[in-house]
Amino acid sequence: MLDYEALLEEDYLEIAGRRFRSRLIIGSGKFKSFQENKEVLEASGAEIITVAVRRVNITDRTKENLLDYIDPNKYLILPNTAGCYTADEAIKTAMLAREATGINWVKLEVIGDQKTLLPDMEETLKAAKVLVKEGFIVLPYIFDDPVYAKKFEDVGCAAVMPLAAPIGSGLGLQNPYNLIFIKEAVSVPVIVDAGIGSAADIPPVMELGVDAILTNTALAEAKDPIKMAVAMKYATIAGRLSYLAGRMPKRTYAVPSSPLKGVPYKT
Amino acid sequence: MSIFNKSMKLLVNGKEVQAREGISLLELLKEINIEVRPVGLAVAVNEEVIPKSRYGEVFLKEGDRVEIVNIVGGG
Repeated sequence: MLDYEALLEEDYLEIAGRRFRSRLIIGSGKFKSFQENKEVLEASGAEIITVAVRRVNITDRTKENLLDYIDPNKYLILPNTAGCYTADEAIKTAMLAREATGINWVKLEVIGDQKTLLPDMEETLKAAKVLVKEGFIVLPYIFDDPVYAKKFEDVGCAAVMPLAAPIGSGLGLQNPYNLIFIKEAVSVPVIVDAGIGSAADIPPVMELGVDAILTNTALAEAKDPIKMAVAMKYATIAGRLSYLAGRMPKRTYAVPSSPLKGVPYKT
Repeated sequence: MSIFNKSMKLLVNGKEVQAREGISLLELLKEINIEVRPVGLAVAVNEEVIPKSRYGEVFLKEGDRVEIVNIVGGG
């Protein structure tokens, strides 16, 4: 039997020279516990997990730390700049994240609007330029705009992360054409970040030929996050294999699959 | 050690904190019960990130803004 592992043996996700087997990236927000998050991570097969940087509560402190639950030798911990609304805030947050994790990768997020959490592309680009110069491997969260995607590649970003739909919306793929245009416009990996609602939303995105998927809320808010993680693992593999296999053309009318000639009793 | 233990105001994570004048960053962290772990913690003073190896050499001044962060779950 031909397994997917054999079929995908030479198929890596490669970001900034680092190779990953899994094309699914998960977040660590909103889980019930660090333990649940750890189990979801293992079940999903993901090798990259995003984290956030927040102020320590100086009056009410717990000794538990998320990083005690994630083995840094096994997983890439990818800090984000979520919650930042200006390039300046995002740069300063990325610097703190680097010191806190010892990792120079950053998922750069500069939000422009509280209601939609859509990115402020101008500020994001400004921050990306500075962080690349500071030696960061920058993965920016961006609108699904192929023109801007190219600008991010040109300033030295290691990947681009366009949305499928707004963060936490679970709406699934909204504009396949823009993602296809982005894939054509840049040569760095395209990681679709935000908008995935369930495992079923993943194959249509992966079939477009994008390089990876990032999801968080769809896992954390699933009734059973572990089952959803397993479903997403296989959905990502299915979507990737389907893309590599190449789909048939779409036609308006039916085309029979059985021979027209030799139908019994036909005169 | 001075016998005049004057106190000064610091802004720690946006909150006013009274601390002994001339206190080091390392001493401040100890006083507010923050464990200096090799990973998961970062501190900036007046927006400059301080490497952990230097916590003992950074002495705080009146009005300094200290930002103490850790790693939490996020997407």
